[in-house]
Amino acid sequence: MRPGDRLPPLEIPITRTLIVAGAIASRDYQDVHHDPELARQKGSPDIFMNILTTNGLVGRYITDHFGPRARLCRVAIRLGAPNHPGDTMMLTGTVEEVDGDTATVRIVGANGLGKHVTGTVTVRVEG
Amino acid sequence: MKGEPEADEEFEARLKAYEGRAAAATGVGRDPVNQPMIRHWCEAMGDTSPAYTGPDAVAPPTMLQAWTMAGLTHRPDRTAAYDELLTLLDASGHHAVVATDCEQEYLRPLRPGDEITFDSVIESVSGRKTTKLGAGYFVTTRTDVRAGGALAGTHRFRILKYAPAQRTPAPAERRPRPVVNRDNAGFWEGVARHELLIQRCTACSAPRFPWLPGCTACGGPDWDTVAAGGEGRVYSYVVMHHPPFPAFEPPYAVGLIELAEGVRIVSNVVGVPCDEVRIGMPVRLEFRRYDDELVLPVFRGVGP
Repeated sequence: MRPGDRLPPLEIPITRTLIVAGAIASRDYQDVHHDPELARQKGSPDIFMNILTTNGLVGRYITDHFGPRARLCRVAIRLGAPNHPGDTMMLTGTVEEVDGDTATVRIVGANGLGKHVTGTVTVRVEG
Repeated sequence: MKGEPEADEEFEARLKAYEGRAAAATGVGRDPVNQPMIRHWCEAMGDTSPAYTGPDAVAPPTMLQAWTMAGLTHRPDRTAAYDELLTLLDASGHHAVVATDCEQEYLRPLRPGDEITFDSVIESVSGRKTTKLGAGYFVTTRTDVRAGGALAGTHRFRILKYAPAQRTPAPAERRPRPVVNRDNAGFWEGVARHELLIQRCTACSAPRFPWLPGCTACGGPDWDTVAAGGEGRVYSYVVMHHPPFPAFEPPYAVGLIELAEGVRIVSNVVGVPCDEVRIGMPVRLEFRRYDDELVLPVFRGVGP
């Protein structure tokens, strides 16, 4: 792994099932993640993915790429455009920095509305 | 909020006073780290890493916060101070919440059986910010997560507490308006009277459509009109499935219709399922009103 390396993109269909399954798996029962009517009352056109699911997907994207010896050290994400049902999120990543067995990867998850998530992940790949 | 700056400053000062105070004090995870929750998580995320299964399984590091979540019925392990801050925001109309940032550091892996405890502090409360969702305040907390008493990870989390912006419903989309100019004004005047007028050259009698200033056959500048009788056939067609344009509901059929008078016109083929439209299908002219300003000629399929 070298600075500038690009990770193969990962396309994630944003289904209603993924949003709800991710919310429940993270024990997040906020209504905006499962109830479209209540989401609308709060100014959102539909339910949207919770941040814990986005975090989990970002972690998976990195460990899928670097393999079973990869250990996540740090994940820092910021959310932008929400992930609504019917959209698709394309995760892309670029290695920014390499220090011994540790890499910092800049990630972007873009959907039809714009950038859903931007952030950096630090991962250690034991030799 | 203009006109009440002092009240705003006072309110923001009240919010700011919570910075540095505990948000959770020795919260206890509802369940120890456990394989079923790990499996549910991995299934939802589509994560098939072998690190999360088997006798040496660890939990996905990104589950860190999940182990601290209160769940559906349990009251969150919040301090009175954090409850007060959230109540202040709720009571001032900022009752909706959305998470915006999450920064986690993982110091050691969590394994099934680990008992989780956590402490959290209110790091900062922003000034009032205007966002797409509505105006509100960003509240940042920092949480230390421990397993069996030893620090396993830290978690900085930012939420926006906001007053939902009033959504004005979008006006129903209207069909695009025709471009009416001096060369085609007569055509649209005819449509308004439910007549489909075809130009005819007064020199050579050639019909022409769409409307043009000169004859396409002899170049003659003079013309009169004939009203189409309304009979025609589908000369060619497409069925639009995608993309959906405002005011159009796919799928719909767009036909190139050859009129009995010998000219062709593009319009919708209606009255038959669009997958039954065929080349050569007889059609009959009718006029359809789309809104209080727009009438268009369309063609109804009249059987094979």
